[in-house]
Amino acid sequence: MSDTKSEWAIEADGLVKTFGSNRAVDGVDLRVKPGTVYGVLGPNGAGKTTTISMLATLLRPDGGSARIFGHDVVHEQHVIRQLIGVTGQYASVDEKISGIENLIVFGRLLGLSHKAAKRKGEELLEAFDLADAAKRPVDKYSGGMRRRLDLASSLIAQPPLIFLDEPTTGLDPRTRGQMWDVIRGLVTSGSTVLLTTQYLDEADQLASRIAVIDRGHVVAEGTADDLKGLVGTASLLLRLADPEQTEAAVTSIHQVLGSTATVTPEAARLTAPMSDPERVTDLLIRLREQGIRLTEMSVQKPTLDEVFLTITGHGASTDDAEASDDAKEKVSA
Amino acid sequence: MTAIPLPAKLQSTELRTHVSVRETVSQSLTMAFRALLRLRRTPEQWFDVVLQPIIFTPMFAFIFGGAIAGGVEAYLPMLIPGILVQTVVTTSIVTGTTLREDMEKGVFDRFRTMPIARIAPLAGALLTDSIRYAIATALTFLMGWIVGWRPEGGWALLLAALLVIFTAWALSWVWALLGVLARTAGAVQGIGLMILFPLTFLSNAYVPIDTLPEWLGVFAEWNPISHLVTATRELANAGTVGTEFWVTLAGAAVIVAVFAPLTVRAYMRKA
Ligand SMILES: Nc1ncnc2c1ncn2[C@@H]1O[C@H](COP(=O)(O)OP(=O)(O)OP(=O)(O)O)[C@@H](O)[C@H]1O
Ligand SMILES: [Mg+2]
Repeated sequence: MSDTKSEWAIEADGLVKTFGSNRAVDGVDLRVKPGTVYGVLGPNGAGKTTTISMLATLLRPDGGSARIFGHDVVHEQHVIRQLIGVTGQYASVDEKISGIENLIVFGRLLGLSHKAAKRKGEELLEAFDLADAAKRPVDKYSGGMRRRLDLASSLIAQPPLIFLDEPTTGLDPRTRGQMWDVIRGLVTSGSTVLLTTQYLDEADQLASRIAVIDRGHVVAEGTADDLKGLVGTASLLLRLADPEQTEAAVTSIHQVLGSTATVTPEAARLTAPMSDPERVTDLLIRLREQGIRLTEMSVQKPTLDEVFLTITGHGASTDDAEASDDAKEKVSA
Repeated sequence: MTAIPLPAKLQSTELRTHVSVRETVSQSLTMAFRALLRLRRTPEQWFDVVLQPIIFTPMFAFIFGGAIAGGVEAYLPMLIPGILVQTVVTTSIVTGTTLREDMEKGVFDRFRTMPIARIAPLAGALLTDSIRYAIATALTFLMGWIVGWRPEGGWALLLAALLVIFTAWALSWVWALLGVLARTAGAVQGIGLMILFPLTFLSNAYVPIDTLPEWLGVFAEWNPISHLVTATRELANAGTVGTEFWVTLAGAAVIVAVFAPLTVRAYMRKA
């Protein structure tokens, strides 16, 4: 690790990227420790892909700076490219040629001989359960297979830092679990992984630290437990028999659980953060005393939406049209 | 998915700050290799360079031979260089369309995050296209031979082929620039054909210029395609390296001198 000038795998300070009047990334700071998985969590349009693109030398930042293992992403692009592997949100492999041919081409480009590239490719296909499909053209692969090939392609050079942009979006639960295992394996073998996701659960499972980003801002940063602490460990979901009683129910929740419930009026549904399950008993007794009848009750683990609601005061909306100044105010508020 | 064989290195090898010329060449060759791999799955991409010579060469010979030269045999020395130039020059547009399509693909993003010479995909494309031109040239000569063309240029036949290939290669820089700048591959194709279709037909490729109306004759006389056609005819049929050869070569060199830097700059900005 002689050339590792920095204690950080990634250091980003005030990264900005604007597209026209849209500040897609608006002052993002990140610190990622080597040998860890770092999760970037955010809804559609939050700026996750744009952030990764700047860190991976695909886009030039309009403001701020970033270093990968101490190397500047703007001025030392060629060095950065030797340190990273990128698995983009959309498959970045050649669809018209087979899996093994893709890996041979990438291996050759990285300076391996044809034979070494082929060997490395076969090894990776084997490790990713793609050996049977090695000779099939990629456009005949399923979504999960493509994702795996994509990840395998990023690992040929054994880069110390790997970017994974929504690696499990669109995968079935089983394949998702496999992908998680792969990611854990990467870290065990010493790599650093930065992954983006829309699922708190996924960040929770994999990442040692998480940055929540919204409309180009980091709105919260910390361990999964830190974040969950912000929203309560879980939330209580209630459906009322009589929508008229909504207000009374909200008041009771506030008094008993000490948290503010969100209301979905059409469905007469209430969601309230809940940190101590013991208190739920108290709440249910209180509701019965008040004659508020429930048609449904369940407990939900925190979702991204609640993290957002709690942190930003607005839901994890995918509407990017709203001015980002708006979001800034809410964060600092 | 089993364990990933990955003892991640934090650079056992030295980190490099630039790509050497040798690596650039090898990476460009790999890009050309990729194009050949793609060809195996999408042979239709090469229909133009394969089918056009095979179908059009005899077709034009038999249709126009009698009318223009009083017989197929007599027409061939005129036709074969003409149709060769038209086929190869027209197919050069493909450089631009495939480059445009390629730059939109996800795999291009991967190339852009790899420590490779940024020019390699472009160089690879230009290299692959030279192979296409060589195929079209060989097939046109072969079809000409089959219908009865007996050129007397000898070794100069090879020079004729090289001249045509080089000129088309020079032109592919123009289409590559268009490919980098245009929004869609269709646009590149459209603009390319709009320029080349009149240029190739309003020339001496298929008919003697003195049969044209005067104004058209003047145009055809000045048309750079006519110079290339004449140079090719002289080389193939008589083995002469005439003025036209040098004029064409100089023209092609000027195109490369102007467009190669422009294309590379535009490309580097986007890639
Ligand atoms: N090339 C571009 N040109 C113009 N606007 C862009 C471009 N790329 C991204 N944007 C805009 O920047 C914002 C952030 O986009 P980005 O792709 O980074 O979001 P994301 O967090 O990755 O979302 P998703 O979860 O949908 O992938 C969006 O408003 C998007 O419309
Ligand atoms: Mg994205």
